Amino acid sequence: MALNRDEQSPLFAPGVAGTLRLIVYLVLACVLMVLDHRGGWLSNVRYGLSIVVEPIYRIAGLPSQGFQAATVAFADRQRLTEANQRLREDLLLANAKLNRMASVAEQNQRLKELLDTQHSLSLNVQLARLIGVDVGAFRHRIVLNVGARDKVQAGQVVIDARGVMGQVVEVMPTTSVAMLITDPNHAIPVTVERTGLRTVAYGSRGGDMLVLPNIPVSADVQAGDKLVTSGLGGRFPPGFPVGEVRDVAQTPSGTFLSAQAKPAADLDRSEDVLLLHDLAEQDGPPPLAPNAGPPAGLAPDPNAPTVPVAPTLPKVTSPTATPVPARATSSTPAAGTKP
Amino acid sequence: MNKLRVRQLWFAATLLLSLFLMLIPLPGPLTPFKPYWPALILLYWCLQSGDRVTLGLAFCLGVGADLFDGVLLGEQALRLTAMVFIALRFRSRLRFFPMWQQSLAVLALLLNDRVLLLLIRIFGGDPLPPPEYWISPLVGAALWPFVFLILDDLRARLRIHDT
Repeated sequence: MALNRDEQSPLFAPGVAGTLRLIVYLVLACVLMVLDHRGGWLSNVRYGLSIVVEPIYRIAGLPSQGFQAATVAFADRQRLTEANQRLREDLLLANAKLNRMASVAEQNQRLKELLDTQHSLSLNVQLARLIGVDVGAFRHRIVLNVGARDKVQAGQVVIDARGVMGQVVEVMPTTSVAMLITDPNHAIPVTVERTGLRTVAYGSRGGDMLVLPNIPVSADVQAGDKLVTSGLGGRFPPGFPVGEVRDVAQTPSGTFLSAQAKPAADLDRSEDVLLLHDLAEQDGPPPLAPNAGPPAGLAPDPNAPTVPVAPTLPKVTSPTATPVPARATSSTPAAGTKP
Repeated sequence: MNKLRVRQLWFAATLLLSLFLMLIPLPGPLTPFKPYWPALILLYWCLQSGDRVTLGLAFCLGVGADLFDGVLLGEQALRLTAMVFIALRFRSRLRFFPMWQQSLAVLALLLNDRVLLLLIRIFGGDPLPPPEYWISPLVGAALWPFVFLILDDLRARLRIHDT
């Protein structure tokens, strides 16, 4: 006891020097946090230090990998046979669908060539595996085993066999970190497949659901509706499944409907994922159509042509209810009068 | 001489191990139950040999954890520094607490840590976390006696082997 009772740790009287040092360190930490939060400075540092960080990720990922290997090794024969059988059936089904799709795709391609558009149905993807590393509690992130050396870039979309999982937010030389669509800070523009309603799906606080907080009250959304990416915003290419609406309720204010959706992707079970390459449309709105329609002299007021350009990023979907019909009515006569 | 080096190695090894434990994921439903390992190990060293744990060390460990974690540089540094400061200040008293009181003190420290984290995240613009967020300190406090006894036992053994 006595040997520890030196001036450094007095029983009751606190030291002033200690407090000063505490303040210095706390201020230092705050400065670091502010710098990092403002400038995204951490990713540069982390990129530099990835020589140290990446091997540690790999090592820390070993236990979960070993666990998986063990489950495979000790799984009994019957279960493996069953799984094999199921996979084979799935493959058969998928192949059959693909064969049918192939002709449709070809037809689609031809028709699109006729229409002179550049969309293609082929996927340019890259296979990646998850590394079992826990990067912070309640942070919906996953670590992938591909990085800058495999030409991964921040912003690439991560999908699995069932739907969109998220997007890459940080790239290191041989690993990268992706944010899941269930992250509270994540938003993804979606379309309700049945009705074509466009809205935005946010991640939720709880973690495993998506929230669509601003659907117009008059909109037709039901439980069971499928959500697919709408392609607006230029980040996620259109047409990938995102989730399925589970329930719809009115918001407390009564001005919007709020829906809960379950992600389509197996967010916590997928082992292998796909990274999409350069499928997204260019950022921002498409170039304005050349002046089709009545000559400018006939326009009723100069503000009218700017209306269709307004909904570029579906940040706030509340006005979608009003501008969409406005655009539809304003553009159809234009198309009609063109010839 | 050799003994000193072994002890220093052991000290560094436990700290590194705590960072590893932080990174290793628990299977899905158990995730909210994961204790904050670096804090537990640091607290053990605070109580056991307070002259070796300083605020600077806590800060460095926190920055290291932030680098691994990749969330916000300085977040864990701030939390660990604050925790070590409190623990060092009350060290002489904490050391002579019976185990259950020590566990309660650890619970208080870990809860304080969570509150700090909550503040940081709210300042950063994140939404409020779900209620499972508060489970981790309870698990940490429940594990504390075991962590303490196991580390103490290992330390004693190392010393015996060493001499």
